[in-house]
Amino acid sequence: MNGALNLWLIPLLPFAGFLLNGILGSRLPKWLVTAIALVTPLAAFGVVLNAARSVFGVAASLPYVETCPIPWINAGTLHVDFSLVLDQLSLVMLLVITGVGFLIHIYSVGYMGDEEGYARYFSFLNLFLFFMTVLVLAGNALLMFVGWEGVGLASYLLIGFYFKKDSAANAGKKAFIVNRIGDVGFLIGMFLLLANFGTLTFSEIAIKLGQDPGWQGGVVTVIALCLLLGATGKSAQLPLYIWLPDAMEGPTPVSALIHAATMVTAGVYMIARPHVLFDHSAFALGVVAIVGAATALFAATIGLVQNDIKRVLAYSTISQLGYMFLGCGVAAYSAAIFHLMTHAFFKALLFLAAGSVIHSIGGEQDLRKMGGLRKKLPVTFWTMTAAVFAIAGFPPLAAFFSKDAILYSAFLQGPGGRALWFVGLVTALLTALYMFRLWYLTFMGESRSTEIHAHESPWSMRGPLVILALLSVGGGWIGIERFAAFLAPATGQRIAQSATPHLELILSGAAVAVALLGWLIADRLYRQKPAEPAQVAAALPGAYKLLANKYYVDEIYGATLVKPLLGFSRYVLGWVVDIGLLGGLAWLLGGIAMFAGAILQRWQSGNLRSYAAWLAAGAAAVLLFLVVPWNSVWPASIEFIWKVAGH
Amino acid sequence: MSLFSQDVPISWYLLLSAVLFSLGVVGFLIKRNLITVFMSIELMLNAVNLSFVTFAHEWHAVKGQIFVFFVMMVAAAEAAVGLAIIIAVFRARATLAVDRIDLMKL
Repeated sequence: MNGALNLWLIPLLPFAGFLLNGILGSRLPKWLVTAIALVTPLAAFGVVLNAARSVFGVAASLPYVETCPIPWINAGTLHVDFSLVLDQLSLVMLLVITGVGFLIHIYSVGYMGDEEGYARYFSFLNLFLFFMTVLVLAGNALLMFVGWEGVGLASYLLIGFYFKKDSAANAGKKAFIVNRIGDVGFLIGMFLLLANFGTLTFSEIAIKLGQDPGWQGGVVTVIALCLLLGATGKSAQLPLYIWLPDAMEGPTPVSALIHAATMVTAGVYMIARPHVLFDHSAFALGVVAIVGAATALFAATIGLVQNDIKRVLAYSTISQLGYMFLGCGVAAYSAAIFHLMTHAFFKALLFLAAGSVIHSIGGEQDLRKMGGLRKKLPVTFWTMTAAVFAIAGFPPLAAFFSKDAILYSAFLQGPGGRALWFVGLVTALLTALYMFRLWYLTFMGESRSTEIHAHESPWSMRGPLVILALLSVGGGWIGIERFAAFLAPATGQRIAQSATPHLELILSGAAVAVALLGWLIADRLYRQKPAEPAQVAAALPGAYKLLANKYYVDEIYGATLVKPLLGFSRYVLGWVVDIGLLGGLAWLLGGIAMFAGAILQRWQSGNLRSYAAWLAAGAAAVLLFLVVPWNSVWPASIEFIWKVAGH
Repeated sequence: MSLFSQDVPISWYLLLSAVLFSLGVVGFLIKRNLITVFMSIELMLNAVNLSFVTFAHEWHAVKGQIFVFFVMMVAAAEAAVGLAIIIAVFRARATLAVDRIDLMKL
């Protein structure tokens, strides 16, 4: 551990890729752009692997801190440094981000091969990796915020990658603006941290909280809730989840990397990183758990009726993120991070496989027009199958272990926890249902469209699919106990209460049972009796309409928030303040100048002799003033006038 | 010395200077021809030169006389430039009436 790990290389390598491809990309040959785009994340992954090797090889002295010798902010009592911290938590995150990120870079080479703006795409993707690794490595909240905002920027740029399409540009703006609302919470949380603890460094906050048992509830709750607001924005939780489904306008690998595997999990990380704050506020933890469970159920129900393959996956992502929040909310941070990791594998795989499907049938995303693709896309089919079984929670695939750990931890939290567990279980049923619906509609049965001529994707796309499929299958075999024990120094140890293996087995059995039930329902509805879904929808018109329109949340936000804000901007700020007040002031100043000018311009006649006459008159006046002894003249002349007037 | 005899009081010289200067001003104001205007300026300059010399003699200060040389030198230079401008204006506009040369008017 004595050797330097060179953590600073991890963010800066992708940043170099961003600069090279961003500035020179359009002038470089394509193979060079590809090489730059792939080598920089690979090198960053290598640095992370090297760090992991040192951590596992030697008796690890984590957390390992690397601080830039130049201070960043040094004002009064506020000291902020560029400090990077490697501990168990950030190591897991880094492995996921750079590993999955690199796979998605490879996949993108095939997927984006024919697209315009190839270099631009990869420079943005590298930029995202830069900010994401900064976010994860940051040793203090402010540096984390830099990464936080940066990934938001990269997300905005990539959602709006097809900026000529109005819907894509609008989706980018929506994501950016909704995230800003969450960022307000993050910022206020940071100010409160600074006011109450005098520092933004996570380790110092933890020490101060540990020293004084008086920190309980009160201001800590407020800080935690502010941070939670930030997390709901970035991680697409209720009530700020609305941007994520629209974010599917971006290229599919972007959806896989940013809007499924890494960036949207930043909120979970942001709760786990300063988790001591949440540990000191039972109320805030409860809110986190309820938000998570509610989001999980809410998004899963919407996912049932979506017809766009990517939107189904988007709602699935929101739902799975809800599980992670639920895990955080019951203080099972290691279970949440475990699910974060497995989710990164199987959700990235689902998106990439969906992208492979879309790519192979010429850009079609509507599930109703697919079908029968099993034979034509064998690799895509088998990898997708692995992911579907994984997310549905079948043993021994990845999500079985991680979802189970979360549900089990929830169940142990008393009656409230059991209610949350039940919500989680229902969500698991819905998850299996909508995932198998997608699976049947895409791959099984007969093709429902004659225009589609499928062809399997190139190996640059199939390779990452296979690797991710292996990870989705085997990613959970580490086991939550070992994983939690590894993470314990960074996230606290509150999961290892498995005193009742009996109970754990029953709960696992229940989870597998509902997953099977979900499969069976999907099998009946979408394989055996394809006419039945329509009948179900017709039998429950109100419910179906509600779900198909996503609970009208967009419409409600539009009517209650966006419209009034736009009206206020246009009428009050636009007309009264801008045109009336500021415009009026400008007109007033201009009017005075013009009025004065109108008078003064009479002197500027262009007539030389009139200038000379004014000059002479002025000189005469000055002379008169200087020569005449006014002190004696004035009284005398007034007296004279007085006399003439006849007094 | 014979010119500035003790019989002629200083006020006469100054009065002459004032008269000459006033003539110059009036000429400048009422004449239309650019060359006449120009000559009026020279007249004013030399009226001032006369008062310089007068005071220099009265107070036995040589500075006033030196000033006169400066004024004459500058006036010569100004005459050269001014006449060149007048010729250029005449070539361009075919007139020397100051009232017509008002291109800079708003």
